[in-house]
Amino acid sequence: MKFTLHIWRQENARAKGHFETYHLDNISPDCSFLEMLDILNEQLVNDRISHPVCFDNDCREGICGMCGLYINGRPHGNDDGVTTCQLHMRKFHDGDEIWIEPWRAKPFPVIRDLVVDRTAFDKIIQAGGYISTTTGGVPDANTIPIPKHKADQAMDAAACIGCGACVAACKNASAMLFVGAKVSHLALLPQGKVEAADRVRKMVMKMDELGFGSCTNTYACEAECPKEIKRQNIARLNRQWIGQLFGRDRRD
Amino acid sequence: MILDSKIPEGPLSEKWTNYKASQKLVNPANKRKINIIVVGTGLAGASAAASLGAMGFNVDIFCIQDSPRRAHSIAAQGGINAAKNYQNDGDSVERLFRDTIKGGDYRAREANVYRLAEVSGAIIDQCVAQGVPFARDYGGLLDNRSFGGAQVSRTFYARGQTGQQLLLGAYGALSREIARGSVKLHERHEMMELVVVDGRARGIIARNLVTGDLERYAAHAVVLATGGYGNIYYLSTNAMNSNGSAAWVCHKKGAAFANPCYVQIHPTCIPVHGDYQSKLTLMSESLRNDGRIWVPKKKEDAEAIRRGEKGPNDIPEEDRDYYLERRYPAFGNLVPRDVASRAAKERCDAGYGVGPTGLAVYLDFADAIQRLGRDVVEQKYGNLFQMYQKIVDVDPYENPMMIYPAIHYTMGGLWVDYELQTTIPGLFAAGEANFSDHGANRLGASALMQGLADGYFVLPYTMQNYLADQIYVGKISDKTPEFDQAELAVRERLQTLLNIKSDKSDQSHSVDHFHKALGRIMWEYVGMARNTESLTTAQRLVADLEAEFWKEVFIPGSTDEFNPELEKAYRLADYFELARLIITDAMHREESCGGHFRTEHQTEDGETQRDDENFMYVAAWEYQGHDVTETMTKEPLNYEHIKIAKRNYK
Repeated sequence: MKFTLHIWRQENARAKGHFETYHLDNISPDCSFLEMLDILNEQLVNDRISHPVCFDNDCREGICGMCGLYINGRPHGNDDGVTTCQLHMRKFHDGDEIWIEPWRAKPFPVIRDLVVDRTAFDKIIQAGGYISTTTGGVPDANTIPIPKHKADQAMDAAACIGCGACVAACKNASAMLFVGAKVSHLALLPQGKVEAADRVRKMVMKMDELGFGSCTNTYACEAECPKEIKRQNIARLNRQWIGQLFGRDRRD
Repeated sequence: MILDSKIPEGPLSEKWTNYKASQKLVNPANKRKINIIVVGTGLAGASAAASLGAMGFNVDIFCIQDSPRRAHSIAAQGGINAAKNYQNDGDSVERLFRDTIKGGDYRAREANVYRLAEVSGAIIDQCVAQGVPFARDYGGLLDNRSFGGAQVSRTFYARGQTGQQLLLGAYGALSREIARGSVKLHERHEMMELVVVDGRARGIIARNLVTGDLERYAAHAVVLATGGYGNIYYLSTNAMNSNGSAAWVCHKKGAAFANPCYVQIHPTCIPVHGDYQSKLTLMSESLRNDGRIWVPKKKEDAEAIRRGEKGPNDIPEEDRDYYLERRYPAFGNLVPRDVASRAAKERCDAGYGVGPTGLAVYLDFADAIQRLGRDVVEQKYGNLFQMYQKIVDVDPYENPMMIYPAIHYTMGGLWVDYELQTTIPGLFAAGEANFSDHGANRLGASALMQGLADGYFVLPYTMQNYLADQIYVGKISDKTPEFDQAELAVRERLQTLLNIKSDKSDQSHSVDHFHKALGRIMWEYVGMARNTESLTTAQRLVADLEAEFWKEVFIPGSTDEFNPELEKAYRLADYFELARLIITDAMHREESCGGHFRTEHQTEDGETQRDDENFMYVAAWEYQGHDVTETMTKEPLNYEHIKIAKRNYK
């Protein structure tokens, strides 16, 4: 297959970026999108054309959340329920023009080319996205039965890989789906209920402080989430938030 | 070199209890004065740092990714073993211990493995308390499934994403400590060198991967939790950035490297399909609970399938060879990984392989779908089926999956004693980075167990024993000649790599070009089957390739910028040295055991043939300088508790 690629190049966070155009030929339809970029980079290095295109990637099996490219205007490209590393060239047509950009969101500044800084997500988790346990001194795992459907719902929410596609897809760069998924995962479990009110307050405040936008319920995040995290998690986040505002679950 | 494994006195089942009762501790006020470096944020690193931070130590933790949650533990699919016996099917600490020793083909240390089995239950308790959403049955209690090498169901799981959920649990605990200020996180930082002062590990030189700056970090102890070196084969189930360099620089600084030739080849991976391919994707071992592995009985059917004239569904039941069930009736499709991998290779080499390359076998769910219904199969394995479909573009509900073995895990690693301390005092190694618990073959769902056991329940105890007298040394300075020297050595190493500039561009190649070539040599000659001839060939080819690399590799850019090509280059440079050691170790071990299969040493029906009389030991290698054969010290394995037997899964 043959492709024309328009790729965002930006030397570092302070430099001005621009699109650069490249042509690729002889790409197998079974090639993954990142392998296609590997082939491009191999050519750029061998022909000494430019520094290879930098892009984040690691596990290449859709679970680490490291990769994330904005491809033809869609986070992770035009396939549903996959990350960029699982997108295959068979999803494109021979001769296609492909526009490749980094996540565009103020809280995710560009590091180089297509690589962005997503430490803002870690900071939100650090604000309270966990259950406060120390090692040891916990009850037997089967002490508290959890209804299967609750455990399943918690698992659905916990499947989030923290890639940032939800923020990139959102016109407001809102992180509500990411935060909602974590709040839901923990609030659905009896172990997480104890701190639920505090957790939602701290995480939402941190999210706002870091410059993520507000949710205006367009659900682009849900449509683009590679792990198909549901918008119900945002609703649950809102319920939790309102609950803690009005003192429900507050310890005083 | 003297290897003191420091195994505590007493009966096996009381060793760990005795150790904990008599070990030295650090009091809470003094913990605040002690600094610890943890390198790596996978299950072992994150759990160790979270536990040590919560205890009151000052911890610096490093990861090469943009977030600790990306470490490759995240990709573990199937599950985590624990001797809970919730299924009342005959499991116990003793049983898990025995299965693990047998699974490792009697090449692991009894005391370590027993401790692992002993703490396994506490891991599940810990994870549930952290909110890990393990699978549950309709009564709300935890569910289990079976994994290879066991006749009980002791594997806890969270769909096909168990590693992810366990890591997120540890990452949560770590994040809490970061927020509390006890742990400081350094993301996008790579450990480049270990700093040794007066024979003790006292710090590291780390490279900030964004700016390229070399930074110094001093501490009273260093924990290495940097995973395995499977990527030396280029194509593996490891993540692209997984590498062996941190362990290797420690080895060069004096830490012994044990059993490097023990490499695990996982039987169920999506087969190789093109030379542009960058990695192999694992299909979880849990699939072997319900999937049946087969190839056609008749060669002409296999040939027709390879030509594309027939499909798997055209082969009638009586013409299918369920070779694992045929050869190993007692364990069937759930034999350990090394056994299943070799059996697949045997069938393919004999001409019964399927797929366009002939290097694949079928993993068939038709029976399970008929027996359980599509819904149940989808619930159990849905995400794995989806992953397969996305990659191969074939619907596994309608057609059997095609699978083939691939490099997955390395049992070898830094030599550690019972306290998980390497031969450098103050340097500890945990998880896949050490060699300790899996012998010559790791059982499925035991890597997660070991990583978390080391981090949550072993290091927090054993490190205190070391640190107890470190309270007297005061703060460690990073302005000493040792730090100057270490930093300078790194600077020179990077500059040497960047200075390699061939005049003609047609004589220079990218790093990946060399890495792929190294991978092909390793897979071909040091892979699933090895012998004196193949290893000798490998030795020569690796040496030639390494020489070419140092003349012809082209690395764009400079050291002081975000430069992934440079990162790949210094990791590959270390892999060349490690490759030599793997080959040396494989050559010296004149027996077959677990993942190490020497074709000269096999039984009549093609099973591994151990030589317990001559090789029942851990081979610990000591670095002697570039291009010099390393010296080996033996740590004898004394089996006092377990009866040595032929490893039989029939």
